[in-house]
Amino acid sequence: MAEEKKLKLSNTVLPSESMKVVAESMGIAQIQEETCQLLTDEVSYRIKEIAQDALKFMHMGKRQKLTTSDIDYALKLKNVEPLYGFHAQEFIPFRFASGGGRELYFYEEKEVDLSDIINTPLPRVPLDVCLKAHWLSIEGCQPAIPENPPPAPKEQQKAEATEPLKSAKPGQEEDGPLKGKGQGATAADGKGKEKKAPPLLEGAPLRLKPRSIHELSVEQQLYYKEITEACVGSCEAKRAEALQSIATDPGLYQMLPRFSTFISEGVRVNVVQNNLALLIYLMRMVKALMDNPTLYLEKYVHELIPAVMTCIVSRQLCLRPDVDNHWALRDFAARLVAQICKHFSTTTNNIQSRITKTFTKSWVDEKTPWTTRYGSIAGLAELGHDVIKTLILPRLQQEGERIRSVLDGPVLSNIDRIGADHVQSLLLKHCAPVLAKLRPPPDNQDAYRAEFGSLGPLLCSHVVKARAQAALQAQQVNRTTLTITQPRPTLTLSQAPQPGPRTPGLLKVPGSIALPVQTLVSARAAAPPQPSPPPTKFIVMSSSSSAPSTQQVLSLSTSAPGSGSTTTSPVTTTVPSVQPIVKLVSTATTAPPSTAPSGPGSVQKYIVVSLPPTGEGKGGPVSHPSPVPPPASSPSPLSGSALCGGKQEAGDSPPPAPGTPKANGSQPPNSGSPQPAP
Amino acid sequence: MYEEYYSGLKHFIECSLDCHRAELSQLFYPLFVHMYLELVYNQHENEAKSFFEKFHGDQECYYQDDLRVLSSLTKKEHMKGNETMLDFRTSKFVLRISRDSYQLLKRHLQEKQNNQIWNIVQEHLYIDIFDGMPRSKQQIDAMVGSLAGEAKREANKSKVFFGLLKEPEIEVPLDDEDEEGENEEGKPKKKKPKKDSIGSKSKKQDPNAPPQNRIPLPELKDSDKLDKIMNMKETTKRVRLGPDCLPSICFYTFLNAYQGLTAVDVTDDSSLIAGGFADSTVRVWSVTPKKLRSVKQASDLSLIDKESDDVLERIMDEKTASELKILYGHSGPVYGASFSPDRNYLLSSSEDGTVRLWSLQTFTCLVGYKGHNYPVWDTQFSPYGYYFVSGGHDRVARLWATDHYQPLRIFAGHLADVNCTRFHPNSNYVATGSADRTVRLWDVLNGNCVRIFTGHKGPIHSLTFSPNGRFLATGATDGRVLLWDIGHGLMVGELKGHTDTVCSLRFSRDGEILASGSMDNTVRLWDAIKAFEDLETDDFTTATGHINLPENSQELLLGTYMTKSTPVVHLHFTRRNLVLAAGAYSPQ
Repeated sequence: MAEEKKLKLSNTVLPSESMKVVAESMGIAQIQEETCQLLTDEVSYRIKEIAQDALKFMHMGKRQKLTTSDIDYALKLKNVEPLYGFHAQEFIPFRFASGGGRELYFYEEKEVDLSDIINTPLPRVPLDVCLKAHWLSIEGCQPAIPENPPPAPKEQQKAEATEPLKSAKPGQEEDGPLKGKGQGATAADGKGKEKKAPPLLEGAPLRLKPRSIHELSVEQQLYYKEITEACVGSCEAKRAEALQSIATDPGLYQMLPRFSTFISEGVRVNVVQNNLALLIYLMRMVKALMDNPTLYLEKYVHELIPAVMTCIVSRQLCLRPDVDNHWALRDFAARLVAQICKHFSTTTNNIQSRITKTFTKSWVDEKTPWTTRYGSIAGLAELGHDVIKTLILPRLQQEGERIRSVLDGPVLSNIDRIGADHVQSLLLKHCAPVLAKLRPPPDNQDAYRAEFGSLGPLLCSHVVKARAQAALQAQQVNRTTLTITQPRPTLTLSQAPQPGPRTPGLLKVPGSIALPVQTLVSARAAAPPQPSPPPTKFIVMSSSSSAPSTQQVLSLSTSAPGSGSTTTSPVTTTVPSVQPIVKLVSTATTAPPSTAPSGPGSVQKYIVVSLPPTGEGKGGPVSHPSPVPPPASSPSPLSGSALCGGKQEAGDSPPPAPGTPKANGSQPPNSGSPQPAP
Repeated sequence: MYEEYYSGLKHFIECSLDCHRAELSQLFYPLFVHMYLELVYNQHENEAKSFFEKFHGDQECYYQDDLRVLSSLTKKEHMKGNETMLDFRTSKFVLRISRDSYQLLKRHLQEKQNNQIWNIVQEHLYIDIFDGMPRSKQQIDAMVGSLAGEAKREANKSKVFFGLLKEPEIEVPLDDEDEEGENEEGKPKKKKPKKDSIGSKSKKQDPNAPPQNRIPLPELKDSDKLDKIMNMKETTKRVRLGPDCLPSICFYTFLNAYQGLTAVDVTDDSSLIAGGFADSTVRVWSVTPKKLRSVKQASDLSLIDKESDDVLERIMDEKTASELKILYGHSGPVYGASFSPDRNYLLSSSEDGTVRLWSLQTFTCLVGYKGHNYPVWDTQFSPYGYYFVSGGHDRVARLWATDHYQPLRIFAGHLADVNCTRFHPNSNYVATGSADRTVRLWDVLNGNCVRIFTGHKGPIHSLTFSPNGRFLATGATDGRVLLWDIGHGLMVGELKGHTDTVCSLRFSRDGEILASGSMDNTVRLWDAIKAFEDLETDDFTTATGHINLPENSQELLLGTYMTKSTPVVHLHFTRRNLVLAAGAYSPQ
């Protein structure tokens, strides 16, 4: 029947309208309907004929895909000049359009500017053909190496795991004795009958999973030994290789139970011994297993989750909690759990909700030590914005109080203090982006304080920063779509009066801010010898009595100041009562000092200027707006702008302004890499 | 009009007895095609269309490719250029029907005064009548499917000398080798009896073998003799294969070929691999540590002392040593490649209509053989060198000798492209597989077609002879491999399993295992001994050509090995029975 359909398809002919269109394009305006009909018949037949010949070339070329060159050769067979210029792309993006009752498929051809092509650097030369040998089979067995397809595809592993009774495997037979045990019958005799008459037995024993026997070959045993030794050994290079092998090799599924046990047992032992390094290695093994696309891990998740959870919430993971960076391990493991949830959580196993419950329980408990508390929060936070919103944000106030009591209170123990410190920065790190999305832009410290208690002001500053970063990222996305032919963006900061391309003008900042505005016009910017340098504007906002040393400049690279300025203007306009902390000022392309060429592709910079307020009247010491620390992931390399570079340095280590004693407290801790020195 | 006739006949056949129905059903397809063509020819376009619409669903599914061609053909003018359909009208479609069924049909047509159908039967069909029981549906299905019906019985009656030629006696070198053996390993006792057995085997004249000088063969050179000795040495180390001892498969993957690999060949001693590519190049790799070197320039060669012992070594230019040599010269994709048995030459055939002979001493093109004006799909050297065969889009296969620029024989008869060509191990015959879904065997001596094998349902893309010369295996786009007994001209087996075109077939050196490689990215190994074991070669089968194929593909399948999205383009058994497979990785 399928054949018939195919044949029907091949009876299609081109519509006669297309003949008309073709005729018109040739300059023949009036063409009779009858002629069109004859032409379509003929053209359709010829096209089919050519397509059939082209198929021949495809088959002889040992391909599954028809290419344009096949059509060329088919044309050549018919002594027709091939069509030039249609060179095969892997994928020809036909687009669909409809309108006026007609449907149309077309291939969108863009006009290409020749100078663009000439100016782009040559693409890399494609790799040359090479020959690589591997064993497809050794005396009848296919070795499990990356060159061969995985011996047991994931679907099969899954089928074996989930539908054991359907997969007719020898393992099923071995269940016979087990099943027979209950009845005390001789299993060997009863096997056949049992299978045929399941209702006679209680359904339960029949549902037993078959014992699958994984016998490891000598090579596999050797491999297992090598890999596990390398994974927990002292040689980092070897470990990287071993982890790479776990993450990519296709033939590991038989060893999976061993690996799983190795990890869970390893965690059990090493937690007791507080062996931080080994725990980290084991977690990296989990990560590698998760990364292997050929493994069906579901069967072993029950063994892996407790191990990973242990590494997150355990009270003590290392010998010297005050010095060792066990926080990194907790972070890493928390990410792993989040990954597990993402991959394996289903409505039936409810992994995510169970994990969430575990974390919440230990967090809510008053007596929980700071380490566990940190782990729980980290675990929850990694689960995503929704979890943060529903579970963490409501408890921020309470947690803030607790942190404050430790940080401000009498020094009880250094360990607690460090713990509280870490928890605080963790909360700030994770909550700020969520809040930035949840709350409308005007970030008022008082509002934050009212809602989140003692953490409020810190949160507020983090949120502001998060917003800045988000805006930046949005622009960086925009940037990829910008083309050089676009008119040079001009700065439109609210009432910027003179967007002249060459004259760096004086910009007026909205009058609502009753602050004098200094506009620094960089002499360098105007000077560059390039024919059309973009205007460059540096705006430094400062209060009248500010000391220049307290300026903090962040430079970010972007090239779409138009959108940037729209996001900044609210900041400047709507926080009139409080002294402006951060200003985002966007400029057009900077002209870096004479070395870097301005023009297409040069980097545009935001200069973020923050000044400590002079007349600080309200609020306690906590409410002091602290200088914004540079974002943890410092954006964009700067193209050698001395000015920006210098200021950035100043920003990195702002001199502590008087009255901001806790500025350092808000610095995010250095989130170390998950592998400390062994 | 035709619609009435056709449905009348259909009604008659469907009401006939079961035993006749299957046989008479064979009539449907040729009658359908001829009636349709008649309508088109007489410019009854609409009638033709409705006739097609009405009845094309009745036809067997293996004719669908032809039906597709047919369906696009609606005008008389179209018929002019379409060779497939011209052939259909000029050549007779062959049907094999038992006498009883034929009488039945004849009576029916005469009763009904149905002269139209009778005319078509008379004019365009050849009905091969046999006495005896009508054939069953399965028997018929096994044999039909080709473009022009089944082969006539007498087409496969002529005698074929399928035996192997006597191996030349290489007395002196044997002694040499004994000495070597003593020198090297010091256990000559074990080797000697074995060599005797090989020697005695070759001395015995095979009753089915052609006379030694039936085809003039080139004389053996010293280097050939050396190679034969090497071959024998390796033979003693050969693995005995069988269902319990499967060969290892080494897979050569062409990486970064960008869908451009079109042909592969491996030398008999497995030292070189040649790849033909869609970018018109031929690339030769050395897969042994010995690098490829070309001969020095003529001016340098004249300086060499020709009397020295290592003159062969001295003429090579060390500076040119590399693992890969690229041969430029073709102007279209290279669809066929074949090494000469002595590894001095390489043949390649291309879309540009030429076959080129390359020297592997200088890595330059020596000759371009022009004759096919259309793409040449395949070429192969004779197992004794000197001769080679090529087949292409022009529907003929040509036999050439390397020192003649014109072909020695033209094998014409196929109704569509000749897709693959292979020499019989005794070099007296050539087998060709075609897109008309037949395999033909041609006699090199007189250019006659001595066997026509029908039964494939798709274009044939691979052929191979068994090492003893008795059997032929063929693979087609339908994914099936068919086995043929050359002597009796019968189909003797069908191997189902592949799901896509079978691109490569090869028997192991002793003929115990058949390996097949396919576009479905698998290599499969089949038990050849078992497949040929219980052949029904009784007189009746031989006389009538009625075969009953056992459904035993699953039993014969010894192993299936998936590759990672790499179609298996070529297979090769080394002298020690290791399988070399090759293909280009083509990521999805």
